[in-house]
Amino acid sequence: MATHEHAPVGGRLVTAPFIFLFVIVFAAAVILTQRFVFGLGGVTHLSDGYPWGIWIAIDLIIGTALGCGGLVVALLVYIVNQGEYHPLARAALMTSLFGYTMGAIAVMIDLGRWWLGYNIMLPWLWNTNSVLLETALCIFLYIIVLIIEFGPTFFERLGLKESRRRLHRVMFVFTALGVLLPMMHQSSMGTVVILLGYKLSPLWQSQLLTVNFLFTAFTMGFAIVAFESTLSSVALKRPFETRLLSRLCYIMMWVLIIFLGVRFIDLLRLGAWPLAFRMDVQAISFWVEYLSGIAAIALLWQERNRMHPRYIFLGASAMLLNGFMYRLNCYLIGYDPGHGWSYYPSTGEIIVTLGIFAIQIMLYLVFVKQLPVLHAVRKA
Amino acid sequence: MSINRRQFLRGVAATGASAAAVAATPEEAAAALQREPRGRAPEALGLLYDSTLCVGCKACVAACKSANGKPREISADQSDWNAGTWDSAKTLSAKTYNIIMVYQNGTMAAKDAETDGFAFIKRQCLHCVDPSCISCCPVSAMQKDPVTGIVSNDPNRCIGCRYCVYACPFQVPKFEFEGAFGRISKCELCRHRLAKGELPGCVDSCPTGATLFGRVADLRTEAHRRITLKPGDTYAYPRGDISGKYGEHREPHEKVITAAYREEVYGETVLGGTQALYLSAVSFDKLGLPYGPNIPTSGYASQTEGIQHFLYTGMIAPAAALTGLILLARRNVDKHHSEADEDAADSQGGSHGNA
Repeated sequence: MATHEHAPVGGRLVTAPFIFLFVIVFAAAVILTQRFVFGLGGVTHLSDGYPWGIWIAIDLIIGTALGCGGLVVALLVYIVNQGEYHPLARAALMTSLFGYTMGAIAVMIDLGRWWLGYNIMLPWLWNTNSVLLETALCIFLYIIVLIIEFGPTFFERLGLKESRRRLHRVMFVFTALGVLLPMMHQSSMGTVVILLGYKLSPLWQSQLLTVNFLFTAFTMGFAIVAFESTLSSVALKRPFETRLLSRLCYIMMWVLIIFLGVRFIDLLRLGAWPLAFRMDVQAISFWVEYLSGIAAIALLWQERNRMHPRYIFLGASAMLLNGFMYRLNCYLIGYDPGHGWSYYPSTGEIIVTLGIFAIQIMLYLVFVKQLPVLHAVRKA
Repeated sequence: MSINRRQFLRGVAATGASAAAVAATPEEAAAALQREPRGRAPEALGLLYDSTLCVGCKACVAACKSANGKPREISADQSDWNAGTWDSAKTLSAKTYNIIMVYQNGTMAAKDAETDGFAFIKRQCLHCVDPSCISCCPVSAMQKDPVTGIVSNDPNRCIGCRYCVYACPFQVPKFEFEGAFGRISKCELCRHRLAKGELPGCVDSCPTGATLFGRVADLRTEAHRRITLKPGDTYAYPRGDISGKYGEHREPHEKVITAAYREEVYGETVLGGTQALYLSAVSFDKLGLPYGPNIPTSGYASQTEGIQHFLYTGMIAPAAALTGLILLARRNVDKHHSEADEDAADSQGGSHGNA
């Protein structure tokens, strides 16, 4: 058999989809030039009513949740000792690295006074009461941890066996940090919007936001692993990782069931259910969120379905949509500052957000083709 | 293993259980994991705005602009007739730290009447006792003066994250979105004028005493005196600084009460209390202030900080969780990597355990 369990996929880098992605990234770069020359008001629809738009809500809050694949797989493999999922680890870690790095870059783009951004690294300025500080520092530390966790892949590619072995000896520390930091950071992103108080609809405002953001970090982290694995199997013509994914589906279906159950009871407790039947934008958005969660459970409920790549893919997609909408609702759609303020992202904002995700897909393609990221396919 | 799981589960369970145990009112919901509410600084300075005294002259809006060097603001929908002569801001903004707004109903015949009436409201920073903007600022750019309680922003620290804009329950801090180098702008109670013994611009220019300056303790006494007044009573309303320390001496403004005050001083308890207080004859929610059963009497920051402190005080919980995770990871990383590591080391290999 092959000497390594992981192998580069190989193949041409510059393909038609790759060029398409590049065009989006280029357009985003043009918009960003405008953003830095003319300011945030020049390219975004941000306002004093809606000071945070999709660059925060989608690129950061949802983007880092999509970057929780590394957390979910590391938790299963190294903490709960489910070694069977190990083949998924590298791709998951890599997606996390991209998701978190691009989330951090999105924040820096969004900072109104970016030239003072280094202030957040100055301990004498830290406000330890600030949930946002905790969030920012965890993102920063976690990116460093992810780079270290991904180190063996580089060392393998470069043939640095000694470095790889040395790193491996201390890897357990970084693996532990790589589980703790994103959990701290993801839960805090829920606490961030508790501070919005009455401006966040009771459909989402709750002290359980802290816990709910952890739930969606797990469901989205899993779903992106399944989603990506299925897509890359199709796109890169590799066998499906169905056997592994189906057990993961079972676990994550239950996490989602608990999450939806907690939401159901919490909304009862807060007396917020009537708001779901008002049929305004918030209510519709709530139902898209909640029903996509139920759809994911329905798609994955039967064991027969969980053995089928199509259902795994559809179930993971529905699970992603549930987490995506939950977080978008918490940060934007459920938020109403009143006084007639409204927000819809500008074309420029949308292009930059697309660019943030396009660059991640490009990096994914480059990395899996050039580096030993994906599990080597065994030739019979 | 047990440490980690127990720690984690305890955290989750405590958060969940304590929240689930309480009833649905915001008051009680806020009590779970809440940080002690902050108390008022004894010498805190503030404003008392009396809506029934305000005649809507907007002298305070103009004075605020000149005191803070802010330009006129022309609303977009007025650009065809307003070439720039009239300052016509419609809401607080990065150019407008202080504004007079109006409540209108029906025929708008009577001042200070909820039905078929109108009433003025002055908006500016309320200098909360327990401000969300102070709590949320990651780089301590928002500061609350320990003596005066004035909330100010230091642009040399501010990174422009705009969490304060997002979180403020009164929609006060604003960001200059125009231009490449914007900053957070808000009312700082003209602390630069106070330093020279002068009154804040809005108070200095108020002809009727509708905006009164002073120690919050004195203003509260004054406010409570007023709400006992009945229509028909005559009252000498002080103007300027209630203690007479700031600005030049002013004669009080004698006026016959025409509209009955609501028997409540806005700002005493709302969201943990504010240093700007309001009196009015119409309901405060009609004036656009957060008011009603869904608004708690403690600051939202006491909730988020309660959670933050519960999880992170002394970094004890994260350290314990990390210890547990390290112990588990140490055992399991070795197990799942040993064969792979040998592979890498000698390019020979046993089969990697996949089960």
